[in-house]
Amino acid sequence: MNQGTLPTQDWDDDDEMDNHFELSLYIAGASSNSIRAVANLREICEKYLGDRYTLRVIDVHQEKSLAEKEQLVALPLLIKSRPYPERRLIGDMSDTQKVLKGLGISGE
Amino acid sequence: MVTLPRFNRNNHHRLSELTMSLEPSESTKMPTTLPKSSTGIRGLDEITAGGLPSGRPTLICGAAGSGKTLFSMEFLVHGAVHFNEPGVFVAFEEKAEELAVNVASLGFDLHQLQRDGKIRIDHVHVERSEIEETGEYNLDGLFIRLAYAIDSIGAKRVVLDTIESLFSGLTNQAVLRAELRRLFEWLKEKGVTTIITGEKGEASLTRQGLEEYVSDCVILLDHRVENKISTRILRIVKYRGSVHGTNEYPFLIDEEGISVLPVTSLQLNHPVSSERLSSGIPALDKMLGGEGFFKASSILVSGTAGTGKTSIAGSFIDKACIDGQRAIYFAFEESPHQIIRNMRSINIDLQAHIDDGLLMFSASRPTLNGLEMHLLNIVKLVEKFRPSVVVLDPISNLITVGSNSEVKSLLTRLIDFLQSQQITVVFTALALNDNKTEQTDEGVSSLVDVWILVRDIESNGERNRGLYVMKSRGMRHSNQVREFVITDEGLKLVEVFLGPEGVLTGSARETQQLVEKTTEAIRDHAVSRKDREIERKRLVLESKISSLKEEFESLQEELNKSYIEDELKKNIMENNRQELTRKRDDLL
Repeated sequence: MNQGTLPTQDWDDDDEMDNHFELSLYIAGASSNSIRAVANLREICEKYLGDRYTLRVIDVHQEKSLAEKEQLVALPLLIKSRPYPERRLIGDMSDTQKVLKGLGISGE
Repeated sequence: MVTLPRFNRNNHHRLSELTMSLEPSESTKMPTTLPKSSTGIRGLDEITAGGLPSGRPTLICGAAGSGKTLFSMEFLVHGAVHFNEPGVFVAFEEKAEELAVNVASLGFDLHQLQRDGKIRIDHVHVERSEIEETGEYNLDGLFIRLAYAIDSIGAKRVVLDTIESLFSGLTNQAVLRAELRRLFEWLKEKGVTTIITGEKGEASLTRQGLEEYVSDCVILLDHRVENKISTRILRIVKYRGSVHGTNEYPFLIDEEGISVLPVTSLQLNHPVSSERLSSGIPALDKMLGGEGFFKASSILVSGTAGTGKTSIAGSFIDKACIDGQRAIYFAFEESPHQIIRNMRSINIDLQAHIDDGLLMFSASRPTLNGLEMHLLNIVKLVEKFRPSVVVLDPISNLITVGSNSEVKSLLTRLIDFLQSQQITVVFTALALNDNKTEQTDEGVSSLVDVWILVRDIESNGERNRGLYVMKSRGMRHSNQVREFVITDEGLKLVEVFLGPEGVLTGSARETQQLVEKTTEAIRDHAVSRKDREIERKRLVLESKISSLKEEFESLQEELNKSYIEDELKKNIMENNRQELTRKRDDLL
């Protein structure tokens, strides 16, 4: 689960940078919230972003110093660092509409 | 004295708890009492009988600006510096840098403490506008963060300031409440002594009802303004498993941080001294059994305006300083310079004592502080300067910042405190109504040991000062009204002049003095005339004696003369006879 990344694909589009999502999902071990969050997020990303994203899943228990550095309080936390602006989403990502809103994708 | 018990045994307590099974002897000897962590805050450990409950959370609540953050920070820094208990400060409101600046004025170097690994500051920033909630979550991030911070420096103390900020950052109240409950339990399991601060709510102690979760110890800080004068108040709302003071304790925040000084008057068992202390006015000492006041007694000098109350206090303090004792003069009416200048006019040099470091002035308007603050200031100064003598001049003005009963309570506690410290105190009080001079406005006359009354005696179209000792516990004292004069050389009590209408004062006294002087002169004159006559008579007699003596001598000489002639005649005749006899023999 740690450092779980999906292969990215080179894009020739001009707006490659704008369309590529860099996501970091901070979770706390194998709690039910964490597992749900990973599953829900993967599903949303597959469905709405296709290949246009990089997702890192980080178990904070493995790297505790990150908690202070990244201002973690509530977990699971998803940080969308790209495209700008940075957004933070907390919760198990079960509310798809809110996740999409947070990511700035209009859910059709 | 109000000492700070340094309860540095907390580690030991905790250890003994853990090793109880190994040392049954210790646990059977004394029942395990609640181990406590000293706060290092002046006076608080006294009220709480040792400090905050070790290994448990304590809630500090109060309105904005009541001193919660400072309180927590002091707890943490004292723990890190004095008790070898490192601490973690989780700041939800202020950044680490702001905190460091805020407490730098108290002499706390947070940067250094952080570098030394004694304190760790973690600023938790939660901003609702930046966060989208997408389902179920918990506060594992905070837990992990806190655990990491605690473990990284081996923290024994934790401050969460102010955790209620989470409620404004996160919307799911049910989750938050459950998580806070879990957090406090978790902190308890960790065995860290925790302070949680909470903003005061409308109907409850804290806005979010944190007191429901923290049931071990709750301390309320309040900042009260009455008559435009502010007083900080601390009260222990509850303290499970421990005795504690239940009063509202005023506390100070100054350059030394927080100090709670529980000045109460619960006991009446001070040691007493039979040592005496001169009042600085020899004649007054004479009125007080010949030796002056008892050490550690309380003296009230009351009187109408301009009767010389301050001068009496001044000469007392002057005498004490001359004898090498330390003194503090609390002035509530005049500035120190004014007092020094005025005292100089009666030949009392207070400046010299200040230069010698024996005398300290503390001047403040009564309205500067609430009554409790005045008391705290007095106690603090007294503890710092350690005087033997204290003057409060005048206490009358305190009435402007408190009611009669409040002032009386203050003075009772002050007298108790000073007596327990073996300090002699002189109060001056203005008696407003000339007709009722036997009653002070403060109603303290029953509290004090010695009450000296200075009053105007008006007669023959002039006002004079009369002084008398209304009461003086434990000594024979004069019942006389003495005239009291202020001269260039100091204060004097004039000898009593009894005239046909009683005690004479002022010009009446001087008239009487003149009359007596005249009589004395006349008598002196008469005496000297008689002396001269005797001398003359003696001279006459002596001359007579000498003439008789001479007469006798001439008589004696006359008698001697005939006697010698007879002798001569006899000798010559004998010679002649012998001559004749020899001649006759030659012829034969």
